[in-house]
Amino acid sequence: MQCPNCSNCPERRRVQSRCVRRRRLLCGGDEKRVDSRTIYVGHRPCPDTEAFIPSKFCDNRIVSSKYTVWNFLPKNLFEQFRRIANFYFLIIFLVQVSELSSFIICNTEKDLQALPATIECEQPQPDLYKFVGRMHIYKPEQEPAVRSLGPENLLLKGATLKNTKKIYGVAVYTGMETKMALNYQGKSQKRSAVEKSINAFLLVYLCILISKAVVCTTLKYVWQSKEGQDEPWYNQKTQKEKDTNMYLKMFTDFLSFMVLFNFIIPVSMYVTVEMQKFLGSFFITWDKDFFDPEIQEGALVNTSDLNEELGQVEYVFTDKTGTLTQNNMEFIECCIDGFQYKHRDTRCELDGFTVTDEPVNKLQQKAGQEKEELFLRALCLCHTVQVKEAGSEEVLTDQVDGIDGMQPQPEEERGFIASSPDEIALVRGAMEYGFTFLGLESKSMKIKNRENNIEEYKLLHVLNFDPVRRRMSVIVQTKSGETLLFCKGADSSIFPRVKPEEVDRIRMHVERNATEGYRTLCVAYKQLSAEEYAVADTGLREARLTLQDREQKLMAMYNQVETGMSLIGATAVEDRLQEEAAETMEALQGAGMKVWVLTGDKMETAKSTCYACRLFQRGTELLELTVRTLEDGRLKREEKLLELLRDYHRRAVQDAPPVKAGVTRSWSTANQDYGFIIDGATLSLMMNPPREADASQYRSLFLQICQNCTAVLCCRMAPLQKAQIVKMVKNSKGSPITLSIGDGANDVSMILEAHVGIGIKGKEGRQAVRNSDYAIPKLKHLKKLLLAHGHLYYVRIAHLVQYFFYKNLCFILPQFLYQFFCGYSQQPLYDAAYLTMYNICFTSMPILAYSLLEQHISMEILLDNAALYREIANNAMLRWRPFLYWTVLGIFQGLLFFFGVRFLFSNPALQDNGQVFGNWSYGTIVFTVLVFTVTLKLALDTRHWTWINHFVIWGSLAFYVFFSFFWGGIIWPFLKQQRLYFVFANMLSSVSAWLVIIILILLSLLPEILLVVLRKPRGPHSRQVYLFLPFPF
Amino acid sequence: MKNEGEAAKRPDNTAFTQQRLPAWQPILSAGIVIPSFLLIGLAFIGIGIGLFLTSQTIQVWEMDYTGFEKDSPCFRCTILSNQNCTCEVTFSLSTLFSVKSSYFPSDCSPYAYDSEKNPIVPCGAIANSIFNDTFELYQIINGTKKQVPLDGKGISWWTDYNIKYRNPSSVNSSFAKSFDGTVKPINWPKPAYELDLTDPNNNGFLNQDFLVWMRRAALPQFRKLYRRITDGDYAAGLPAGNYSLKVHYNYPVLSFDGRKKVVFSNVSWMGGKNDFLGIAYLVVGSLCVVMSVVMLVVYAKFKFSDDDDDA
Repeated sequence: MQCPNCSNCPERRRVQSRCVRRRRLLCGGDEKRVDSRTIYVGHRPCPDTEAFIPSKFCDNRIVSSKYTVWNFLPKNLFEQFRRIANFYFLIIFLVQVSELSSFIICNTEKDLQALPATIECEQPQPDLYKFVGRMHIYKPEQEPAVRSLGPENLLLKGATLKNTKKIYGVAVYTGMETKMALNYQGKSQKRSAVEKSINAFLLVYLCILISKAVVCTTLKYVWQSKEGQDEPWYNQKTQKEKDTNMYLKMFTDFLSFMVLFNFIIPVSMYVTVEMQKFLGSFFITWDKDFFDPEIQEGALVNTSDLNEELGQVEYVFTDKTGTLTQNNMEFIECCIDGFQYKHRDTRCELDGFTVTDEPVNKLQQKAGQEKEELFLRALCLCHTVQVKEAGSEEVLTDQVDGIDGMQPQPEEERGFIASSPDEIALVRGAMEYGFTFLGLESKSMKIKNRENNIEEYKLLHVLNFDPVRRRMSVIVQTKSGETLLFCKGADSSIFPRVKPEEVDRIRMHVERNATEGYRTLCVAYKQLSAEEYAVADTGLREARLTLQDREQKLMAMYNQVETGMSLIGATAVEDRLQEEAAETMEALQGAGMKVWVLTGDKMETAKSTCYACRLFQRGTELLELTVRTLEDGRLKREEKLLELLRDYHRRAVQDAPPVKAGVTRSWSTANQDYGFIIDGATLSLMMNPPREADASQYRSLFLQICQNCTAVLCCRMAPLQKAQIVKMVKNSKGSPITLSIGDGANDVSMILEAHVGIGIKGKEGRQAVRNSDYAIPKLKHLKKLLLAHGHLYYVRIAHLVQYFFYKNLCFILPQFLYQFFCGYSQQPLYDAAYLTMYNICFTSMPILAYSLLEQHISMEILLDNAALYREIANNAMLRWRPFLYWTVLGIFQGLLFFFGVRFLFSNPALQDNGQVFGNWSYGTIVFTVLVFTVTLKLALDTRHWTWINHFVIWGSLAFYVFFSFFWGGIIWPFLKQQRLYFVFANMLSSVSAWLVIIILILLSLLPEILLVVLRKPRGPHSRQVYLFLPFPF
Repeated sequence: MKNEGEAAKRPDNTAFTQQRLPAWQPILSAGIVIPSFLLIGLAFIGIGIGLFLTSQTIQVWEMDYTGFEKDSPCFRCTILSNQNCTCEVTFSLSTLFSVKSSYFPSDCSPYAYDSEKNPIVPCGAIANSIFNDTFELYQIINGTKKQVPLDGKGISWWTDYNIKYRNPSSVNSSFAKSFDGTVKPINWPKPAYELDLTDPNNNGFLNQDFLVWMRRAALPQFRKLYRRITDGDYAAGLPAGNYSLKVHYNYPVLSFDGRKKVVFSNVSWMGGKNDFLGIAYLVVGSLCVVMSVVMLVVYAKFKFSDDDDDA
């Protein structure tokens, strides 16, 4: 649940702290000033602690619904009234109270029943990758044993057990305090930019309405103050009128004018807009291009409110794993001692960029068998993969990427579980060359070698992967007692630690693989002597137990151990991209969108994906802002950060040529492209710098740099950080429209935060889909969703909105003008039936049909020319300029209707027998001209005439004529006054009335036709585009 | 999950759901617009000339008889400002009049009941303020006055007279009895059933003058049809000569700065004289022609790029 008052707070940090404080007040009231919490295992008091104070933690209830019974009414009312003229409620009342256990520290020992222990850990915080705690185990008559606890000891809410039946654990955070819950963003109702425009326009029209009423009231009293006009003999006041207070009378007059002119506020527009959105969203669900035969599903629309927002996206935030890539690693090749081993069987499809120019005959040349086997053993040993027994339960896939990853491979009898899919790919790769990893049993790793013999290794230490070192190692002991260290890692982290002559042999392969977009790893090993091992062993053990600066100490120890190795080979693993990922990204960029990749993955992995997706190109200059670049002996991290930011800012913003207005960035020009890379740690440093004052400076520099970069890559992100980034961009200058796309639970907060959230119906469960606004089966569908559907929806609804305002303006303006000719007596110009039917029957259907069917540019062209998307960028059709255009058009036509007929009525004897026309004839002529003009104006704007358009446009006009005859042709028993009796028929019997109607319609549409025609010749290249642009602004 | 997967079917592949309905995509190209503008322009000019000439042939003679000015023959009536004043206007000539007034109350109040709570029939301010000046027209032939017969039939809408308005059915064969229990409007000198003493079929709600009046004018300056000259010697129109108009001056307008005019005019197929429509057609027609020429010039410069492409 989101803290209710932080939704608009600009400073995230303060918001969070406030939220947290609030929670603490609610939950652990006694922990207000304590930085850590102590949990008594099994609620048993422990002998050594001073006193057992049963502390209060919050219960294990998570309310993920938007409303509760108590806040439903006020909160919902608030949401509803954010829309100015919302008279109705969309009753969505979902109370989902999920009861789910959360953070558990696991412990696999069985005799825990009476374990006297306490756990001291930090207060709940949303960072998923951080947990610091320690466990005190009290034994009788002994010093309490202290064990350190890190993130690896923590199970997050929603974690599932994989290869064990049960575990024992201690709940440390519960309910709303779990890390997942803290990462969960409250779902606030999303409002589209179009709606905001509507609200702004509505305010303008309200002002027009009020000023009209004020003008009329004032003039009425000015006019009445003249002698003889207040109470002429023919129109005396009633006694009641005389008695009422003058100001009260003025007020009631004002109100009557408001009632008279209230049709200017297009209430029916809201109904039409809702209908348009609701019906329009079906076209997404119906689109067969979105249908994925694999999962037998098409697109899903969870909200119909945001259709048009799809046409306005400026920033795309995409998850990497599972979204850009298939999260499906494949071992491509390896290189042992400088010789290439390419394993390609029929299962591997050739991808466009995997074709190598290297002759395959190199396969014949092999490294020595010894080296080969050593390399393969290294692959089999140096990992943290676990073997899943065949036939075990299908694994639940609600996981956090980067932490869990699982490849169910039915054709293999053996399943592997690992924190990184690369590792599985490598183990599989080794399998293909004859070395099979059989599993880890009580610290001993078993592998089956080429001769089908089982080799056993004792696992002594795992030197975990971390993003700074960018490598991991294992220390194993062979049967023969040799102690070996195997290390694998990024080339840049391995090469300095091995002999240079070995590097030269392998570097070429690594570089070639990297440019092909593969994830490369280098493998090195070293033999440890007993003394060396003893030193390393004690060092590692000590470092592991320290509570303070544990990470730094471990790091130092790791670095110390991983030296003087010899390089034995390199691997290339491919994370297959989603279908058409690169094409999609290219189209998005071509459409002027900035693509940001937000991932929990390692930087290298993410970077290579970015290259593969063509987000980064060969010429792209990368600006890196990561923990690695911040490491600087001289400067503190925040100082270095500022320095780098300034430097990048100078390069990317100041030195860059000024960006042309409208076109944000042309990727075809020779301008230097910049790519920006930032990681989670740096981001959090930037968002929450030690000195609060710097935050805004960092942020503005960061945003400016990012705005000038073609693509931004944010790696090692926690889910909430993803949302933070989205929020920061969302609230930046110009409040750009953001879109988030992701497939996993870790993308949910980002999906919820962005203006438009898209879920991919991927392998990682339904959470993203459930929380998204739109769900599509594949990434490639995003292109059509945005470029075709989004574009069309936007054009349709923008036109709908403008048209509605316009048609009501020229509807009510004559009524207003008429007040000047009827002594401000609130006499309506049109008959009551016309007043009500105008928006409901006569002019509603054509615009609804237009707003559902219009394709001013066909879908194919929209998909082929991504640049067309830019034509409507920045809410182009609902800015003040087009609004002004429509308003002026409405005023022009309104004036024309009224005064055209007024001049005709200077002699009301319009029939050839001299009979005169009265005020209802006047109103009917104006109304006829109005209905025809407004409908024909829409006909002029329609570029895509299907039979439905023809039917409703001509049908509406025919219906108007038919209705008028019908309405005026019968004495209606329920009407007091038969005002329109035969008025319409009589009107049509007058030649003058016909002629005035024709000329007024033509004259009203003339400027429109002229603009359409004269706007066209604007150079040859724009022709294709302008041909399809129906709107003269 | 699996149920969902099975339930979702492949979307229908119809032209409508795939947004591929066959469509006509008109493009307003110069090749269409210029000729049509020219044609419309020429047609409008033609209509405009016709309208203008027709309007010119309509003769109108009008005179303000409010009596506000001292030299007006009705000046005396305004000073007396009481009823039953007559004034005579001699003029030479052409049947329409105009009264300026402005009022638009829509219901009967305050003219629904009199002080004794008797219903007023016909009720309402409009009925109450019916125009009650009457006119008699004489042709002066050699010093003698010859009355020109004025035809009051069919001056109101046919539907108003025949369908919309109905008189109450007579009680005991007396039409007046049917109005028992009601009172005449305050400003009326006579009750509704005595509006036209000469013609029993022109009384009550079916009085032509009353019906004309009840068709409320649109603008504060308005004309209403009073009589037609269709009978006898004047069926073909008023011959040139001297005429005298006798006005029974009843209707007060000075209190609200109103003016009264009497207008003699003939009508044509387009109705009364109105130059506006003819001029409007001429202006818009020439505008269309001019614009088609302008567009032609613009497109000549751009070498009909569109037409080439279209062809």
